[in-house]
Amino acid sequence: MTLQALLVVAAALFGVGLYGALSQQVVVMVMMGLELMLNGVVLAAAAMWWFLAPDPTGQVLILVVVAAMTVEMAMGFAVATLLHRSRSADMTDMATDLSR
Amino acid sequence: MPEVVTVGAAWAVPAALLLGLVAVVAASADAVMVARRDGVDVRTGAIAPLAETARLLRQPRRVTPAADAPLWRVGRGGLLVAALLMVAVVPWGSWVPADLPVGVVWFNAVDVTVWAFVWLAGWGPNAAFSLVGAYRFLAQALAYELPLMFALTAPALAAGSLRVADVAAAQQGLWFAVWMPVAFAVYCLGVLGFAVWGPLAPPTGGDIAGGVLAEVSGPDRLLLLAGRYALLAAGAVFAVPLFLGGGAGPLLPGWLWVLVKALVLVVALVAVGRRLPALRPDRFLELGWMVLLPAVLLQVLVVALVVVL
Amino acid sequence: MTVLADVVFWVLAVIAVVAGAWVFRFDSMARATYALAVSFVAVGLALLLVDLDYVGMVVVLMMVMEMAVMAVYMIMFMGMNPALMPMSMVHDNRKAVVAAVAGFVLLGGGALLVPWPVRRGVPAPDGTAALGEALMGSKMLVMMAVSPVMVATIVAGIAIAAPRGRYDRLGDDLDRGRADDPQPGGVGR
Repeated sequence: MTLQALLVVAAALFGVGLYGALSQQVVVMVMMGLELMLNGVVLAAAAMWWFLAPDPTGQVLILVVVAAMTVEMAMGFAVATLLHRSRSADMTDMATDLSR
Repeated sequence: MPEVVTVGAAWAVPAALLLGLVAVVAASADAVMVARRDGVDVRTGAIAPLAETARLLRQPRRVTPAADAPLWRVGRGGLLVAALLMVAVVPWGSWVPADLPVGVVWFNAVDVTVWAFVWLAGWGPNAAFSLVGAYRFLAQALAYELPLMFALTAPALAAGSLRVADVAAAQQGLWFAVWMPVAFAVYCLGVLGFAVWGPLAPPTGGDIAGGVLAEVSGPDRLLLLAGRYALLAAGAVFAVPLFLGGGAGPLLPGWLWVLVKALVLVVALVAVGRRLPALRPDRFLELGWMVLLPAVLLQVLVVALVVVL
Repeated sequence: MTVLADVVFWVLAVIAVVAGAWVFRFDSMARATYALAVSFVAVGLALLLVDLDYVGMVVVLMMVMEMAVMAVYMIMFMGMNPALMPMSMVHDNRKAVVAAVAGFVLLGGGALLVPWPVRRGVPAPDGTAALGEALMGSKMLVMMAVSPVMVATIVAGIAIAAPRGRYDRLGDDLDRGRADDPQPGGVGR
């Protein structure tokens, strides 16, 4: 178990999550991709903490990432609910008004 | 730091047996109460758990069309596993199977996995009433889980440690149940919640044909029912170091005191749970967030003031 | 011990990545959600290996809870159900694969090629207590920043998602004694 090993696993999680976030059409599935990317970030932060600078700052950083995940989920669910209620849309392609 | 001996992994077996004993006593107590209500011989009630086990072991399994078999299996088996993981951090007097420095958080994390297991048990059979029961459970879990979290915080705060043995040792003078009654009551309600028992049993209610239990029979049903009683028992066992002074007591050895206290609490939970009316999940949600959560937060504030002063 | 830790870590790593990949391969919404939960639990347990007891348990706790709720939303909002009607639910698949592989190669290569500095300092004997003291001491500003963000999230989430506002509930002049709710609450408001 080395720093490199943990970081490569974290990169793999990040890559899989990136694939999901880019390729999925349904809003909730996109959120799952984002969560998986943040999962990789948590693991990478833990690896850096343990192998480079094991003081409490790293732990605080991980808690902030977890907090960011909860905010992402809560706002994602709220927006998905609103989209679904107002136009029965569940796909990202149906909510592209702002891109035009 | 109070000395507890971390015993080897093999000692998880006696801990599991003790948990099983508490669970069987809970099931027997329930059956005895039913027998007394119905005017049946109490002795048939006392052996009812054994009879039911024998009956279910011989019953064929029910299979439903297009069931999600792997997830269903995880849900059915998960409750029992969660109960065993909960008691893994409980010190039985001076010995403990796993002496985690964050035992209280461990208990909390494991009781959250019950959300997943009950929902999966309801999702698996691909049946409407099962899924209604599963959704009911999530709705009431959202109501009991946050108060339960803060109720777990109170003893840890008073003891200044998340290690279960430290929490038990911090109650030399006075049990936490005595001077933090709100936290203890909310904890007990949370135990009834994750054991899907008593007033919080609507996910398995008769009005939805048994809900999560509607489509399971034979050994599968036995696993789920045993898992519920094991969770009730695990909640009672964990309450002993957290609120009831751990293994402290005259004459008897520590582990026996833990067992006695857990048995008394589990029978009390069964008796009180039988007498309370069912809480409708939609109503209970508001109750949990508007009443229980502020109450337990005030309790934590009081505990914090006592600790600081 | 270190060999055991190595084995445990690699098992958890494989579980985390494979479960993460299954999230986007399963047809069933429940399976996809709980595959993600498994991935999080594996990472949470891996954190225990590097002495992050408290943070690891919090990751498990939070994520199992989130995924249990996530499953509800998945089933509610997946208008097209790939379990009933097999279909491809992806767009720009090739670009996404290229981006994901590029991201992995970039990050993984960086992890292997960067000359990492040597470890600075030693972990506190009780990491959880050190974390608590940091949060209540030198890092308090972080928590003070996170808490208003959380409150804002709760308020904004409800404001966005709630179908009926207070004028629907209490009348145009807010003078209705009891709120007119389709689903009465539990405390009799």
